[in-house]
Amino acid sequence: MGQQRETATFGMWIFLITEIMFFGGMFAAYLIYRLSYYQAWVDGSQRMDITLGAINTAVLIFSSLTMAMAVHSAQTGKRNLIIIFLILTLVLGTTFLGIKAVEYHDHWKNHEVPGQYFSGLDAEGHDKGWHDVAHTSLYFALYFAMTGMHATHMIIGAGLLIWLIIATYKGKFTENYFSPVENVGLYWHFVDIVWIYLFPLLYLISKKHSG
Amino acid sequence: MATVVTNQTVEKENYLNAGYGLKSWLLTSDHKRIAILYLISITVFFAIGGFFAMLIRLELLTPAGDLVQSDTYNKLFTMHGVVMVFFFLIPSIPATLGNFLVPLMVGAKDLAFPKINLLSWYLYVIGGITALVAMFVGGVDTGWTFYTPFSTTYSNTNVIPVAIGVFIAGFSSIFTGLNIIVTVHRMRAPGMTWGRLPLFIWSHYAASLIMVLGTPVIAITLVLAALERAFNIGIFNPQLGGDPVLFQHLFWFYSHPAVYIMILPSMAVISEIITCFSRKRVFGYEFVALSSIGIAVLGFLVWAHHMFVAGISVYAALVFSLLSYLVAIPSAVKVFNWTATMFKGSISFQTPMLYAFGFIGLFTIGGLTGLFLANLGVDVHVHDTYFVIAHFHYIMVGGALMGYLGGLHFWWPKMTGRMYPEAWAKLSALLVFVGFNLTFFPQFVLGYMGMPRRYHAYPPEFQVLNVLSTAGASVLAVGYLFPFFYLLWSLKYGAIAPNNPWNAVGLEWMTSSPPPTHNFEATPVVTWEAYDYENQPQEEVPVVR
Repeated sequence: MGQQRETATFGMWIFLITEIMFFGGMFAAYLIYRLSYYQAWVDGSQRMDITLGAINTAVLIFSSLTMAMAVHSAQTGKRNLIIIFLILTLVLGTTFLGIKAVEYHDHWKNHEVPGQYFSGLDAEGHDKGWHDVAHTSLYFALYFAMTGMHATHMIIGAGLLIWLIIATYKGKFTENYFSPVENVGLYWHFVDIVWIYLFPLLYLISKKHSG
Repeated sequence: MATVVTNQTVEKENYLNAGYGLKSWLLTSDHKRIAILYLISITVFFAIGGFFAMLIRLELLTPAGDLVQSDTYNKLFTMHGVVMVFFFLIPSIPATLGNFLVPLMVGAKDLAFPKINLLSWYLYVIGGITALVAMFVGGVDTGWTFYTPFSTTYSNTNVIPVAIGVFIAGFSSIFTGLNIIVTVHRMRAPGMTWGRLPLFIWSHYAASLIMVLGTPVIAITLVLAALERAFNIGIFNPQLGGDPVLFQHLFWFYSHPAVYIMILPSMAVISEIITCFSRKRVFGYEFVALSSIGIAVLGFLVWAHHMFVAGISVYAALVFSLLSYLVAIPSAVKVFNWTATMFKGSISFQTPMLYAFGFIGLFTIGGLTGLFLANLGVDVHVHDTYFVIAHFHYIMVGGALMGYLGGLHFWWPKMTGRMYPEAWAKLSALLVFVGFNLTFFPQFVLGYMGMPRRYHAYPPEFQVLNVLSTAGASVLAVGYLFPFFYLLWSLKYGAIAPNNPWNAVGLEWMTSSPPPTHNFEATPVVTWEAYDYENQPQEEVPVVR
């Protein structure tokens, strides 16, 4: 049993390494364009709501805590606690997604979604003071691609949490068998860590912040 | 001393008769059955890719573009490439022979994650069907390389569905690699140390490392390209601030290591065949094992040699050129070690060994011409010509595919419990070798003389060589068709195979042919080194009709 548990965890770690490579492609694109168009990156970053971003960061870190508590409860065979902590994690994850939706909506209103309606004017028509509209569009393209891919992974994580909650309710896990809880926990922590990288890279580029 | 072919009765419980009916196959978790499922679907995709190749070669019989229109021709070579690369070459050996043999060779009952193994097959099929449907409702004409901005902005074909198909199939590849890595780490039988593993395992392990680390990069590349095409986000579009060359970097960061995914498993097969048919342990086991890892590592460092004329800096090109020379070294180490294995060995010329000989010769030519291409000055001249096409077909077809066929024949008795007809198999191997060289050697000359690739019409002075090439392709096609028929024939009419028809060393030969579902009657305990041919019985390799 121990060997099976370790094997399953090993498999999940390797899968997480593939996820690093997956996000890595976008981080590489971010890095290359930022080196060339730093001012556009600053301009784009100024349009981020640091407060909401910081709240989201705290929400995710706290959700990793509740997830770890769920794993601990699984290791000690406390079925009810597992369910409580999994539900808490799910609620926090959903909160994150809700705040992200608010942010996306704000960007949309302010013509910050790349494409036809992208412009240097905000929702009320005021000039946002961008130095290089084209490359700021690139910043936002990567913003939406990276946070969007991250959000997709959170939605998948939410699905995994629901599956775990149901399975726990049905009594599937004991202190001798709880690999799925542990491994979904690993996945959840990974998605959290990706956000920990995204937040400073996208929100905290330059100290000068007007918002 | 004649060997007695122990007649296994077909009623003996094995993985093939351990359950009948579609569900027992489509919902199996047995790695051997999944390998057979892959074998069937991969053969289908090979036929489809071959069909596109046939149309290409027919068009190129005449200088004028008279068989198909240029747009159609663009679709033909694109679809040939996409099908052959993503739906044939990448999965072929790991998903068929790898899936079947890795647990047997390490002494395990199955792979680490049997259900994920089955999932990987379904993902492969779904991805393949998605891409095929897109191909048959209009096709895609960007080249299998999907370069931007044509693929993202200007092409009017089904780029996104094909990209989705490749994306889905990529997960199949990732899961296969993940399974192999975890199995090799954690499920070796007692006594099976890393240093006693067959080199087949070492090479598959190295290929799996690439699968796991590289495939996600093309996944995200395809996602970004699809987003660009659907929503015009501008990441590869200069008008919106983006850079089309970035696509090429991201694309080749996977697609170069991908070619090592295609060749390493084939090298794995060759290691096993040569040692058996030379009755001698592999010379320099550690060197061959570490060369596999070396190829995997160095393979990640050379991607921009596909981009020497794409506008990258000369200094960057210099670095990539040097690294590309270096990556040839571990491959050469292997070729030398295989040759040294044969030296003073007792060589016999069964079909698998014929394919191995073919591999060594053709892979060497293909690999050396790779060095030509790694040379900056030469590459400026021959980039995007038939020289490149000849180079990679020598490696992919003369190398990888011959390894696949050799392995298929070598382990056919183990997988099916039947012997294939040796005479027909030898004839086919000969046809493949002759047909292959006739098809692709003229293409080196054509490329050097300046015939560009991906053109459906060409100057008349190139016609003779093109006709030779098409003639060769016809012979090659026959060489591929024969095994299809006689291998199927052998399932019903072939001689019953003993446990170890080749008298080979290896755990897979110590169980029945075909193996029982759980692979071994009892967990093997390994006390011998790999390729312990000195201590194998001194009988000649039996020639079984």
